[in-house]
Amino acid sequence: MMASSYSTKEEDGHQSGAPGPGGGVNAKSRKPDNTAFKQQRLPAWQPILTAGTVLPAFFIIGLLFIPIGIGLYVTSNNIKEYEIDYTGVDMSSPCFNCSQNYSWNSTKPCRCSVSFSLDQPFESNVFMYYGLSNYYQNHRRYVKSRDDSQLNGNLNALKDPSKECEPYRMNDGLPIAPCGAIANSLFNDTLELYYNDPNGTKTLIKLVKTGIAWWTDKHVKFRNPVGDGSNLSAVFQGTTKPVNWQKYVYQLDSDPDNNGFINEDLIVWMRTAALPTFRKLYRIIEKQGDATPTLPRGNYTLLVTYNYPVRSFEGRKRMILSTISWMGGKNPFLGIAYITVGSVCFFLGVVLLIIHHKYGSRSNNADISS
Amino acid sequence: MDFSALRNLISRYCTGEENWVDSRTVYIGHREPPPGTEAYIPQRFPDNRIVSSKYTFWNFVPKNLFEQFRRVANFYFLIIFLVQLIIDTPTSPVTSGLPLFFVITVTAIKQGYEDWLRHKADNAVNQCPVHIIQHGKVVRKQSRKLRVGDVVLVKEDETFPSDLILLSTSRDDGTCFVTTASLDGESSHKTYYAVQDTKSFNTEKEVDMLRATIECEQPQPDLYKFVGRINIYQDRDEPIARPLGSENLLLRGATLKNTEFVYAVAIYTGMESKMALNYQSKSQKRSAVEKSMNAFLVVYLCILISKALINTTLKYVWQSNPNRDEPWYNGKTDHERQRHVMIRAFTDFLAFMVLFNYIIPVSMYVTVEMQKFLGSYFITWDDEMFDEELGEGALVNTSDLNEELGQVEYVFTDKTGTLTENNMEFIECCVDGHVYVPHAICNGQILSGSSGIDMIDSSPGPDGKEREELFFRALCLCHTVQVKEEETVDGIKRGIHQGKATSFYISSSPDEVALVEGMKRLGFTYLRLKDNHMEILNREDEVERFELLEVLNFDSVRRRMSVIVRSSSGHLYLFCKGADSSIFPRVISGKVDRVRARVEHNAVEGLRTLCVAYKALSQEEYHNMCQLLDSAKLALQDRDRKLAEAYDLIERDLVLLGATAVEDRLQEKAADTIESLHKAGMKVWVLTGDKMETAAATCYASKLFRRSTQILELTTKRTEEQSLHDVLFELGRTVLRQHDSLTHDTFSGLSSEFQDYGLIIDGATLSAVMKPAQDDSSGNYREIFLEICRNCSAVLCCRMAPLQKAQIVKLIKASKEHPITLAVGDGANDVSMILEAHVGIGIMGKEGRQAARNSDYAIPKFKHLKKMLLVHGHYYYIRIAELVQYFFYKNVCFIFPQFLYQFFCGFSQQPLYDTAYLTLYNISFTSLPILLYSLIEQHISMDILKRDPSLYRDIAKNCLLRWRIFIYWTFLGLFDSMVFFFGAYFLFDNTTFTSNGQIFGNWTFGTLVFTVLVFTVTLKLALDTHYWTWINHFVVWGSLLFYVVFSLLWGGVIWPFLNYQRMYYVFVQMLSSGPAWLGIGLLVIISLLPDVLKKVLCRALWPTSTERIQNAQKLYQSHRSEFTPLPLLNSSRLDFEAHNVNPRRSGHRSKELMYTHWRGSIGYCTFSSTLGPPGIGRMHRLVGLETSV
Repeated sequence: MMASSYSTKEEDGHQSGAPGPGGGVNAKSRKPDNTAFKQQRLPAWQPILTAGTVLPAFFIIGLLFIPIGIGLYVTSNNIKEYEIDYTGVDMSSPCFNCSQNYSWNSTKPCRCSVSFSLDQPFESNVFMYYGLSNYYQNHRRYVKSRDDSQLNGNLNALKDPSKECEPYRMNDGLPIAPCGAIANSLFNDTLELYYNDPNGTKTLIKLVKTGIAWWTDKHVKFRNPVGDGSNLSAVFQGTTKPVNWQKYVYQLDSDPDNNGFINEDLIVWMRTAALPTFRKLYRIIEKQGDATPTLPRGNYTLLVTYNYPVRSFEGRKRMILSTISWMGGKNPFLGIAYITVGSVCFFLGVVLLIIHHKYGSRSNNADISS
Repeated sequence: MDFSALRNLISRYCTGEENWVDSRTVYIGHREPPPGTEAYIPQRFPDNRIVSSKYTFWNFVPKNLFEQFRRVANFYFLIIFLVQLIIDTPTSPVTSGLPLFFVITVTAIKQGYEDWLRHKADNAVNQCPVHIIQHGKVVRKQSRKLRVGDVVLVKEDETFPSDLILLSTSRDDGTCFVTTASLDGESSHKTYYAVQDTKSFNTEKEVDMLRATIECEQPQPDLYKFVGRINIYQDRDEPIARPLGSENLLLRGATLKNTEFVYAVAIYTGMESKMALNYQSKSQKRSAVEKSMNAFLVVYLCILISKALINTTLKYVWQSNPNRDEPWYNGKTDHERQRHVMIRAFTDFLAFMVLFNYIIPVSMYVTVEMQKFLGSYFITWDDEMFDEELGEGALVNTSDLNEELGQVEYVFTDKTGTLTENNMEFIECCVDGHVYVPHAICNGQILSGSSGIDMIDSSPGPDGKEREELFFRALCLCHTVQVKEEETVDGIKRGIHQGKATSFYISSSPDEVALVEGMKRLGFTYLRLKDNHMEILNREDEVERFELLEVLNFDSVRRRMSVIVRSSSGHLYLFCKGADSSIFPRVISGKVDRVRARVEHNAVEGLRTLCVAYKALSQEEYHNMCQLLDSAKLALQDRDRKLAEAYDLIERDLVLLGATAVEDRLQEKAADTIESLHKAGMKVWVLTGDKMETAAATCYASKLFRRSTQILELTTKRTEEQSLHDVLFELGRTVLRQHDSLTHDTFSGLSSEFQDYGLIIDGATLSAVMKPAQDDSSGNYREIFLEICRNCSAVLCCRMAPLQKAQIVKLIKASKEHPITLAVGDGANDVSMILEAHVGIGIMGKEGRQAARNSDYAIPKFKHLKKMLLVHGHYYYIRIAELVQYFFYKNVCFIFPQFLYQFFCGFSQQPLYDTAYLTLYNISFTSLPILLYSLIEQHISMDILKRDPSLYRDIAKNCLLRWRIFIYWTFLGLFDSMVFFFGAYFLFDNTTFTSNGQIFGNWTFGTLVFTVLVFTVTLKLALDTHYWTWINHFVVWGSLLFYVVFSLLWGGVIWPFLNYQRMYYVFVQMLSSGPAWLGIGLLVIISLLPDVLKKVLCRALWPTSTERIQNAQKLYQSHRSEFTPLPLLNSSRLDFEAHNVNPRRSGHRSKELMYTHWRGSIGYCTFSSTLGPPGIGRMHRLVGLETSV
């Protein structure tokens, strides 16, 4: 008896390469349950994509997308944007000299001023961006070269930054705060904007430097380490500044809410860009009142403290002034894409209608009549 | 003597084990034979321990891991994982390690559990007690301690602990009954015989006195073959040698029945027992889908490697400028700088490989396995394939071949028991041309109109009477039927309730039972076999006793059996019963012509006929025969051949007595099933051992051949007249001429009535065709034969030996189109063909379960084949095809954006997506919908598939996994991934798309692409789904929701265990921007558009018949109120056959043709209920053979 049950087992064992369900003894002489699922007869909706059923969808997409696209396109066109390249590649460019002889350790900053004029006034808030080209912030070595727990105020990480920060982890035996290649290469040009009044005076335009980073970054993800004293410099005691920085991290700004790791310029820089040509929000020019435009038309001067070298890797630096709509900055792509897709769908709808009329109905009619 | 032993010894050690086809010598009870006899070389035998487990506690982990990593896919993933561990790669090792670990662990647990069960079973068996005779006493021992040579006592209902030679039994005649149900599934009782000289031993003491040795062959796996010799030493004389055959060998695993106890000696123990030798794993069958899957895999591997190579090359081209390689803002560590450039390039290559490795996902293997495993439950669950009578439904032995059921092109079916019920009924017998019909059936429906029927009462003259009684006695004596008196035997019951005792007949052949029962109705009752005497109750209620002297057993080569009996009056007779073809040539007198006419008449009617002949023997003749037989039986080598020769000498110069006819009714719906299979484009071949006429009649009845079918004959009869060469060429010409004109006809639109051919070939001719070439022409024969077969819709192969069946299957399998073959059969003789075919289907028939056990799928009845193939096979195929294509598609979509991203990140292997997304994409975000799809998708409803078998042609030839379709899917994937990537690229293009002017980074970019990806890929599947149950809705929308919820959660918390927080609030920030929403919607629609368009256009302009049926079904559902029978719309199948091109899409020209077809000829109504199963009338019987050509 034992062996007979054994032999069944053994056989099962040897077939175990693909153990079929119900192969065992217990499945025998048992009638399968007559449930809808087991009999594969669950009630079901059985849609079929035919010209007839797809037609309305195409027309709806067409009719929906074209207006949206036009709306987006118009919105995008209404956005005013001014872009100026101040890299200083040409001899004629005002920043040529600065770009030629830069040095990280020079105590005397190089300044240059670029004049430009706006043909149209910029209404509402104006956003000031700096743009970099040919700058690979998304390089793998670069992207991972940071320590998020250090930036989150973790004291251990402050003193012993992550290995990922190499070779920007330690300097002169002291841990670097903030460590890593990203922080080390913080964009450190200072841009100032002057309005050249027709009467000859230059007015400094007030640039707001908060609100440029994600709220969550500023308040949750980035945090200054909490030390004994309230003084930030005490907390960062025992760390050193990144190699390329001229200041310590606690000297970035005088405002304690914008200093240290929660300095918004740092936070913005730390969010690595997706593509090698990118822009980052630098300052916001807030609207003063209803009466005057934020930036009236006229001549302006951009005063650049030129610290950031890009010519070694053929990079470019730009300053962008832009207004913002609900859909962000000037980007005609979405509008055009919507209009195109809408039109294509509409066109295809017409084609399908013809096909449906000629073929679909014919074959279906033939089905029924014959 | 000594010299030969020495030579033996030398040769044994010199030739090595593979040539060691030596015999073994067993000392019964370990007693040395008397001195002076042959010197034997003692051999070491294994103990009786059975080890079926693969692993031990200690080697489980290493051995199991080794086994698992021997699979190429697992090994590939292991390599990727190791690369990730060793070098600095873009993604963390977790991304590939976790899924791999999961898969390996689950498999290991499963295998470990199975092995544990095996260990338990092994232990139970190895420790179960056996009774061994030692020094005249019975000793209980553990089974594993049993050794070769031990004498064992086995009691009723016990299982034999090893392979034993039967010494004696509790029954006086030295027989015992055994059921081998656990070995070959035959539950009938088989009789085994004790050795003549020892059968009288009844006590332990007596057994202990025995001094004997057994010489036998070394163990071999064939259960039914055994050759040995026992030498019994009595006194000091020369030993008495007795032959041992399989009738003396009790097999391990079989159970003793109806016998109180037996004494037997162990000869093969443990792993050497025939049972253990038989459980070697069968060769793994692989489905066509799996093969194309592997081919696709190779393509993707090539894509992967070339992607990595391209990127590595471009990286170094791009980096040739040192300011690009290492700009001031992005310095390398000293360690990195110092590394050799070749090493750097190599690690870069590996890193790219790792980055793109998701293109071949682990999860595909897991999903395919799960799909096959879970999906096969639908077969076992199927109510329609459940047989009330048997109480069993379909069985799935391998789930690897589910989809192959949808690809079958050739069906090879057995006749008896498969097409027919194998429920034999005695119809009539014919003695010297006088026909006798038993009373019971007289008033039944079978009173065919043929003339010349003599009833039993109208007896011919006294001379005829004598012949008639001899005939009846012959049938009563010439068989191997056993009589069972009890009712409670779990054998096949054939109870005939007599007045006095309830007894019934048992035999391995139902024909014999039918004959003996038929004789009973004609007045001659076989009572029993007692003390070697057969007892017959004749018409006058007298018991006649015949001494059974010899039985010349039936075998399929001779196709006859004989007995030699001595009547009570001392006359010796040889009765022989067998197929007409084997009897007629051996007959020297008797009314051959009249019997032959009757036999042929019966055969045409589809009855199984046997001829009976006899020979009266003189004492001297008998003596010679005995000597012949004994010498043959005693031979140790070539015994089979010698026996056959002896039989041949004995069974000749017979006198023909008459013939019998037994009916084997067609199985329910067999004709309907065959018709459906034909319509589904399958070629059905019947392979049978029956004679041509019977088989042909069955074929007509089962609609394999129709009235219009032109029959081509390739039989010995014809080849006797003409040479094989001529016949073949003539047939070939006929078929090909038709083929050409057919192609021609199709274009003129008149081909609806084309001739179809049926071929009949017999075993002898087949072996002539198949005979290996002496010159080159023979190979040619084979080709011509194949060519003929290809053009025949039905082929009947009769007079087939089991191995020939397998040969035929092999021949077709190896022909140049490599068609998918299916073999279906119910008996042990079909096993070879079942194992040979791509898909083997066993019918749980009356001839035991051997076929069912060896098959891939087992079904209760032949009719279930229809649903199995047309519905389940079709579904499984489209499901798995979509599964495979979709998996590759979704991974192209997944990985190609990463590849494109490398061009924008300085070829730095920066991953586009976050680690969590990389890991979970295949595991959770997109895994369940496709799994569910591949389990429950039904593109057409089950009823339509059954009603319209021609839909099966739509998926023939693995058409959903053709390269063209594969390339379409791949390009669709490429297009979609381009849309995802460049859509996001232009959206991000140097601007912002938030309303507060803030900027998004690279992770937002990746998340945007990923979101579009997940939605597109899921919706693409949703568009492909034709069968939306609530589960589909739940899973599809659920997995999208899961993605969103997961993303919210993943980005919503600063995860303490992570060393980076790059995803923090990325997803929410992205969703806070209007253009992101608009962009996602737009990109999803753009990605789906081409596929939708392609589907709609193809459906409208070049619909396949599946699609037409779908349309029609839809219309039908909407117009259900009015009765509008929709005609079958797929006359296009004519085009398929004519062009022999891709049947899925026909060209424009044939399209026009199709329209004319629909209008012109309407095949049958698809939706009308009038299409019931055509009745299987007896009229088919009367269809004669149309033998032209």
